[in-house]
Amino acid sequence: MTLVVGEQVAAQRDVFGDTLVELIDQDERVYVLDGDLANSTKADKVAQERPERFLQMGIAEQNMMGVAAGMATCGLIPWISSFACFVVNRDLDQLRVVVAQPGLNVKIGGAYAGLLTGLTGKTHQEMADIAVMRSMPGMTVIAPADGVEARAAMLAANDHDGPVYIRFTRDSHPTIFPADYRFEIGKGVVARDGGDVTIISTGVQTVRALEAVGQLAAEGISVRLLHLPTIKPLDVEAVVAAAATGAVVTAEDHTVIGGLGGAVAEALGEHRPTPMRRIGVADCFGESAPNDDLLEKYGLTASCVAAAVRALLQD
Amino acid sequence: MSGDGRLTQERLRELRRAAIAVRRHLIDAVHHAGAGHLGGPLSAADILVALYFELLRIDPQDPQDPQRDRFILSKGHSSIGLYATLAMRGYFAVEELRTFDRLDSRLQGHPDMTVLPGIDMSSGSLGQGLSPGIGMALAARLQGHDYHTWVLLGDGDSQEGQIWEAAAVASRYRLGNLTAILDWNGLQQYGWATDSGYTDLARQPAQENPVERWRSFGWATIAIDGHDLNEIVDAGHRARATEAPTIVVARTTKGRGISFMENDFNWHAKPPSDEELQAALGELAAQEEAL
Repeated sequence: MTLVVGEQVAAQRDVFGDTLVELIDQDERVYVLDGDLANSTKADKVAQERPERFLQMGIAEQNMMGVAAGMATCGLIPWISSFACFVVNRDLDQLRVVVAQPGLNVKIGGAYAGLLTGLTGKTHQEMADIAVMRSMPGMTVIAPADGVEARAAMLAANDHDGPVYIRFTRDSHPTIFPADYRFEIGKGVVARDGGDVTIISTGVQTVRALEAVGQLAAEGISVRLLHLPTIKPLDVEAVVAAAATGAVVTAEDHTVIGGLGGAVAEALGEHRPTPMRRIGVADCFGESAPNDDLLEKYGLTASCVAAAVRALLQD
Repeated sequence: MSGDGRLTQERLRELRRAAIAVRRHLIDAVHHAGAGHLGGPLSAADILVALYFELLRIDPQDPQDPQRDRFILSKGHSSIGLYATLAMRGYFAVEELRTFDRLDSRLQGHPDMTVLPGIDMSSGSLGQGLSPGIGMALAARLQGHDYHTWVLLGDGDSQEGQIWEAAAVASRYRLGNLTAILDWNGLQQYGWATDSGYTDLARQPAQENPVERWRSFGWATIAIDGHDLNEIVDAGHRARATEAPTIVVARTTKGRGISFMENDFNWHAKPPSDEELQAALGELAAQEEAL
């Protein structure tokens, strides 16, 4: 489907809260476990509107992950509300031993994922969650691009039997998906067709990639854009097909190590070796600063993506 | 049970016989596998027998019954003690114990709920058992079930911070349908030095004043001798009836039942030699004889 940067904007965290209420109303198994961040992750909508489905677990992520596992063995579907930086790191062993190894039906919402965390800096910026989570056997890893896709991914995740990690961004971004979009776990979306070069992107970086495609089109460069909302399981077929242009740039709001860029490089290395550039945060920690300043300094703007495409084509 | 809530003499003898059999099977299995833990399973054997033969509401023929009591072995390295108890209770054939730690065995080094029916939660990374117990107890409340959730903790296990995160949350939710039993044997894999350092077998206790600690976290506490089957069963019945989450602090001896393994941290995880196996089996036979 052709995606365009629309007039509407939405914050994925608002969608997270709204969709939790929607899931609760349609599925009696759904409960929300909060690590005392509900008014940031927006799971507070559940606390206020469906309090009987909201379980405060306090500032104790290790216990929260274990409680979720126990609930899942009894047929409930716990959704965890916390920041990506904590839920990925603080309770990683719990996630490994009592969620991933038994393959339990726990849904993990990683809020404030990526570089833009509202002036909180490196302790709160999680830029390796995709890399960590996709190395976990049995884990499904999703990075939605906009609010529409965030909701659709949550509905699909709730229907999937097994652990799912979804990363959500904090701030508002333009909507690119049509309202009736249906999410399919493990399937990429060809957002633009083109013959000169391919951009493969995930999460909110797809919005910036779409803007880059526009900039490049004005220069006569025809770009194919593949959006991969599911990083695991990876849509290898779509990746290999997209690489037919002979040049691939990956783009993600994540470290360039082990995330989308790593996954695409692994797939192409085995199936269709192709010249590549990886756009993302370099191997470094971030800092606290206004969003536009961070995007510029850490190289995630649409112009940065476009520049990488030009550089690859000149090589 | 007799009229005063205690086990009848006959039942007590049955349970003691079962506990001796569990010890015999677990030592044999570790000897056969050439690896495995002994000290912890031996200290937990009487507790496990009391749970599976007297306290848990379970049906070995229907291990997935949604109404069953749940049990989690937080000190997952005592798996062979749990396996021996499950086999004795009829979950699977006793012969299967000799597959312990073999390729494709359902009896993994640490309990794996994906392969062995009767395991309610995988465990093995310490400190993690109480939290899923909270999840199960909460689920019972939310779904209107009256089953009870039991978690067996170790004192080394309880050095992990997650246990105390869980302890705080369980009392906030007043989970009276949750009981933890602490296998308080005082030792761990290597332990904490005394004034004489690490030159001998002496170690500082793995945990001190557990009753006080748990009480300060809002738990009801019951202190017992963890090798007295009457006391364990009685404590379990009282814990089930308590409205707060309850910890049964069970004083135990690591390596219990085998004289040369008792209170020696070196037997935390070590297979017995052929001679040691025979000596151990001889001691257990004498104990059975004396019943």
